[in-house]
Amino acid sequence: MSRIIALLLILVSPLKANALSVFACEPEWGALVAELAGEDVEITVATTAFQDPHSLQARPSLIAAVRNADLVVCTGADLEIGWLPLLLRRAGNPAVQLGTQGNFLAANYVRRIEIPKSIDRSQGDVHPQGNPHIHLHPRSISRVADELAERLSQLDSSNSADYASRLEYFQHRWDEAQSVWDERIGTLKGMRLASHHRSFSYLADWLDLDIVATLEAKPGIPPSGAQLATLLEQLTPNPPVGVIRTPYENEKPSAWLSDRLDIPQIQLPFTIGGTDKAVDLFSLYDQTLRILEEYAN
Amino acid sequence: MVNQMYLSKAAVILTLVILPVAAVNAQDTAGEIAELRQLVSEMRTDYETRISALEARLVAAERAARGAERDAEEAYEIAEQTAVDQGAGTSAPNSYNPSIGAILMGHYADVDSGWDEIPGFQPGGEIGTGGSGFSLGEAEINMQANVDAKHFGNVTIGLHEDEGELEIELEEAWFQTSDLPAGITATGGRFFSASGYLNSFHFHSDDFTDRPLPYQAFYGGRYSVDGIQARWIAPTKLLFEMGAELNWGGGFPATGNGETSPGAYTLFAKLGGDVGDSHSWLVGASHISADAIERSGGHGHEIVIPEETFTGDSDLTVVDFVWKWAPAGNNSIRNFKIQGEFFSRAEDGIYADIDYNGDQTGWYLQGVWQFAQTWRVGLRHDVVDSDNGPLLVGTELEDPGRSSWRNSLMFDWSPSEFSRLRLQYTNDRVLAESDNQWFLQYIMSVGAHAAHQF
Repeated sequence: MSRIIALLLILVSPLKANALSVFACEPEWGALVAELAGEDVEITVATTAFQDPHSLQARPSLIAAVRNADLVVCTGADLEIGWLPLLLRRAGNPAVQLGTQGNFLAANYVRRIEIPKSIDRSQGDVHPQGNPHIHLHPRSISRVADELAERLSQLDSSNSADYASRLEYFQHRWDEAQSVWDERIGTLKGMRLASHHRSFSYLADWLDLDIVATLEAKPGIPPSGAQLATLLEQLTPNPPVGVIRTPYENEKPSAWLSDRLDIPQIQLPFTIGGTDKAVDLFSLYDQTLRILEEYAN
Repeated sequence: MVNQMYLSKAAVILTLVILPVAAVNAQDTAGEIAELRQLVSEMRTDYETRISALEARLVAAERAARGAERDAEEAYEIAEQTAVDQGAGTSAPNSYNPSIGAILMGHYADVDSGWDEIPGFQPGGEIGTGGSGFSLGEAEINMQANVDAKHFGNVTIGLHEDEGELEIELEEAWFQTSDLPAGITATGGRFFSASGYLNSFHFHSDDFTDRPLPYQAFYGGRYSVDGIQARWIAPTKLLFEMGAELNWGGGFPATGNGETSPGAYTLFAKLGGDVGDSHSWLVGASHISADAIERSGGHGHEIVIPEETFTGDSDLTVVDFVWKWAPAGNNSIRNFKIQGEFFSRAEDGIYADIDYNGDQTGWYLQGVWQFAQTWRVGLRHDVVDSDNGPLLVGTELEDPGRSSWRNSLMFDWSPSEFSRLRLQYTNDRVLAESDNQWFLQYIMSVGAHAAHQF
């Protein structure tokens, strides 16, 4: 019996070397956990900047990661509806089920925009709880950081002083960075852009960008040729500055439109890893502004 | 003279009086100047410190104001959000409703001869090509939700019409634990067995209009368990999972025996992981051991000679794999999937009052390529083969002396995640003569968002 226990301990121990094991659905939350928890945690991120978080599958490695997690940090607002509920159900890990301390959904703590007045699938893959791509508004990040740090210290109370000081340090730097960005964003105000999907609504809200058109007539439904032709006709008299999209979105529709309007396609990093230089939340924002500034005026 | 004297006297006096005064005056002014200088410089430093202090306070105030502005904005937004959330919660009696989904399926078929039995195999349920023309297929209704903090519940009801009669099938009705520790999950009720990769999927998520031949031959389409299942996931980076099932029900190839001991049990294990960002894989192995009692074939539609039943041991081993690829792991635009399963069964007992000791095998291999965001093409080869010995000549299990196989090519279009139209061509050699079949199928999904099962 003792031998079996010893064997079990050996099997279990390598994964429990760190205080906490965190499963993050998207890179931005993985990066925020890293800011707030430093070396104290092991982080598994389910998606990269090149993968569409809507369409991921509950693949075997993710089931294993959720099974071993102490905390699951995801966006929520139905962004991961296709795969997160299945992962939670398959993983056999009561600590991270919906409504427990080990389950953190960032969208619950921020103001969400584009909440539909009515829900019907004929409108496309609409999210009843509003647009889930919340992370490109600096205030979303700072609000989520507060809540996440508190959750981390609840789960790992022996290190709660650490989480508190890391949070303070992060918020201080985030505030400083915001002051710098606030001075830069004047030039971007009112910049007219077309967007592939409603991926940048929060960014537009923050920067006061004017998203004049969305290539997907209905969210989640690839635009048809006819829809694009209509859009082209509408935009021709006064074309936007460019067409923005994330690294994972299909480039064909924006290539088609930008070609005919003779405007650039602008691929923004969208999340950590979306460009080589977007390595953390600070550089993600900086890169995003930098790319937009390049095309403004 | 007097004047001169007077003058010089006066000059002397003046000199005597003024000089020291002047000297004293000069001394005073220099001191004052120095004092004033010092005062001015003191004042200057004082004002400078005060100014810089004021400047600092101004900056702080500005920052505070900005913060306050932000806070005010935030407070406004929180109020807004709260209003929204409360608004959303007004339909309270409704909010405990389970997620409900319905699947509508149907197809148009052009089949020459078709078949509803595979030579050398006892049919385990409704299998085969179906006839030509339009047929409604199956409507499926699914409901699922957390029962409470400890259980999850799921029920699926299948409705279809057969020769003018509506048939209602309880496809699934199970509950599952959600609070057992250490990667353990227990399931009870009627559920799809974990034996075989495809078996845990519903028909509507298949990549071809019908199940591969081994599934039709060995499972009658799929293997359902009425009983319990326990599975355990190891605390490892790779997914390693194993489990067992006990079946008291009559899901083919098992039969209900009305006894306390189960009629069949399953053991299974799965191993899966990723290779880089672009590749994911899963392999599985399982074994079903069934103790069949008077197992009859078919679904009761045709007249089955009563004595053509099987009583004995049925042992089935299944090995399966699936490999998926997508550029940088982004499956929404392009992806490729290859999967295959191998079935091997040994049955030993009495069939139609004849000693029967048969071995059957089957396998399929298929690849599906999504070459554009809404378009896929797939190719499948499926085979089954039976070796039932010479004693069963004249019965359903008579050895056909050849294997049954098909080649299928499918092409489908999914304008959204919730609808799919499919065209499939099959060259069918299940029977001796070649049969060319065409299917045009629709699959529509209403309601709850489907799970992206790997």
